[in-house]
Amino acid sequence: MKIELTRQKVHNEFTKKVELISGQNLFACYQCGNCTAGCPVAFAMEVGPHEVIRYTLLGLEEEALRVNTFWLCASCLQCTSRCPKGIDIARVMDALRMVVLRKKERKDAIQIPEFPEGFLEKLPQIAFISGFRKFLS
Amino acid sequence: MRYACLRVGRRYAFLELVMDYLYFPGCTLYTKAKNFDQTARNCSLLLGFELKELKNWTCCGATFPLATDNIMALLPPSRILATAREEGTVLTTLCAVCFNVIKRTNRLIQGDGEKRDKINNFIEKNYQGDLQILHYLEILKQDIGFPQLREKVKKPLEGLLAAPYYGCMLLRPFKEMGFDDKEKPTLFEEFLEALGAKAIEFPYKIECCGSFQSVGSPDVATECAYKILGSAIQNGAEAMVSTCPMCTFNIDHKQSDIKQKHLDFKPIPVFYFTQLLGIAMGLDYRTLGFEQNAVDPLPLLSEKGFL
Ligand code: SF4
Ligand code: SF4
Ligand code: SF4
Ligand code: SF4
Repeated sequence: MKIELTRQKVHNEFTKKVELISGQNLFACYQCGNCTAGCPVAFAMEVGPHEVIRYTLLGLEEEALRVNTFWLCASCLQCTSRCPKGIDIARVMDALRMVVLRKKERKDAIQIPEFPEGFLEKLPQIAFISGFRKFLS
Repeated sequence: MRYACLRVGRRYAFLELVMDYLYFPGCTLYTKAKNFDQTARNCSLLLGFELKELKNWTCCGATFPLATDNIMALLPPSRILATAREEGTVLTTLCAVCFNVIKRTNRLIQGDGEKRDKINNFIEKNYQGDLQILHYLEILKQDIGFPQLREKVKKPLEGLLAAPYYGCMLLRPFKEMGFDDKEKPTLFEEFLEALGAKAIEFPYKIECCGSFQSVGSPDVATECAYKILGSAIQNGAEAMVSTCPMCTFNIDHKQSDIKQKHLDFKPIPVFYFTQLLGIAMGLDYRTLGFEQNAVDPLPLLSEKGFL
C-alpha cells in the first residue's frame, strides 16, 4: 500500500483523540511486532495491532478505521502484557472502537435484529453484556 | 458456634463454620452457570466457610472499561464495592471476569483520587478502595491451604488428566491482578494436584478464548477455542477446567460448532473447578449440576470410577 505522509497528517487530531481516550503515547511504539505475534485473533485480522498503531500515529484515520483489527480485538491484554515499551495496546484498540462508536452517525458494529434465531438465548449474560459494551454506540 | 447441614454422599453432615466471606456471584452464576455457584457454595461449607451473598448486588458490567474517560462503566462495580464495604472487608468472586472488573475498579479507586471523588459523588457513597478482593482459588490457597485441602479430600481424582485453563482475566493485567505469574502461572495446577488429579501442561493455558467475540465474530471465537482445546488434548488432557462462565461458553458450549468445522475433533468435558472440588470432597454427583455442562462429563467420571 502506498502511503503519502504530510506534515499535517502525522500526529493529527485523530491521533491525539486516540491517545487521549487510551491514555497511551503512541510515539513509544518501535514496531517490534510483539503485540501482533502474541495476539490470539491476529489470524483473522486484516492487519496486525502494531500496524494499526502505526497508521494511527501517522494520522491515517481512514486506513486505521477501515480494518477489522480493533473490532476483532478481544481485550485479552496479552499484547499489553508483552509490549516491551509498556504500551497498553488493548486500550488503543478500545479507543479506536470508541472513535467510531462515538461519531454522530452512531453506527453500531453489530446488529441485534440480525442475530440468528435463538442465538441470544444460548449466550450467557456475561457474553452479551460485554459484547454490547464493545460493539454498540 | 455456627453449623451448616449438607448432604454428602448418602448422609447429611453437620459442618462447623469458622469463617464468612462476602460473595459477589454475578448474573451469569445465577442462570447459565448455576452449577458453578452451587458447587462453590456447597464446597465452601465442607471446608468450613460460608459464602455470604452481598445484598442488592447488580451486574458488574462484564468489562473493565479500557477507555480512560469512560467513568460511567466504572459505576456498577464501584457501587458493588461500596455497598460490600458496608458489610465487611473481604469480597470474593468466582467468575474470572467479575473478579477482573471488581479488582481493577478497586485498584483504580485506591489510586486515582480524582476519579474516586467523581465516582463517589455520583453513587453517593464514600468508598476509599479499602476492600480486599479475593478469588475463590486464592481463598483455597491462602486461607485454607492446599496441603490442608489435600487432607480433606475424600475421593482423590486419581488418574484424571485435567488441563487447567486460566484464560486471561485472572492474570492480566499482571500488576493489578497479582494472581500469579503472568506467563507461567501454577496456582491452578497446585489446586488440581491437591485434589489428586494430574494437571496437564499445555501452551495455550493463558491464551484467550475469544471472549465477547462469540457475539461479534462467533467464527473467530470458535477458532480460538479450537486451538486451546486442541493444544490441551494433544498434551494428553481428558478434561478442561475453567474458572469463568464466558470461557466455559466458548470452550464447552461451542464444541458442537467446532465439530462441524473440524470433523476429526473429539469433544472433551469442561468442568468448573468447583465441580471437581465437589467430587473430590465427596459430594453426590447429582448435586453438581452436570446437566448444565454442554459436553456430558458423566461417561468420563464413571470410567474413572469417581461416581
Ligand atoms: S509490542 Fe509495543 S512496541 Fe512492539 S509493536 Fe506492539 S505496541 Fe509497538
Ligand atoms: S488485547 Fe486485543 S490486540 Fe491485544 S492480544 Fe488481545 S486480542 Fe490481540
Ligand atoms: S461479569 Fe458477568 S457474570 Fe459477572 S456480573 Fe457481570 S455479566 Fe454478570
Ligand atoms: S479466556 Fe476468554 S472469557 Fe476467559 S478470561 Fe479470557 S477473554 Fe475472558
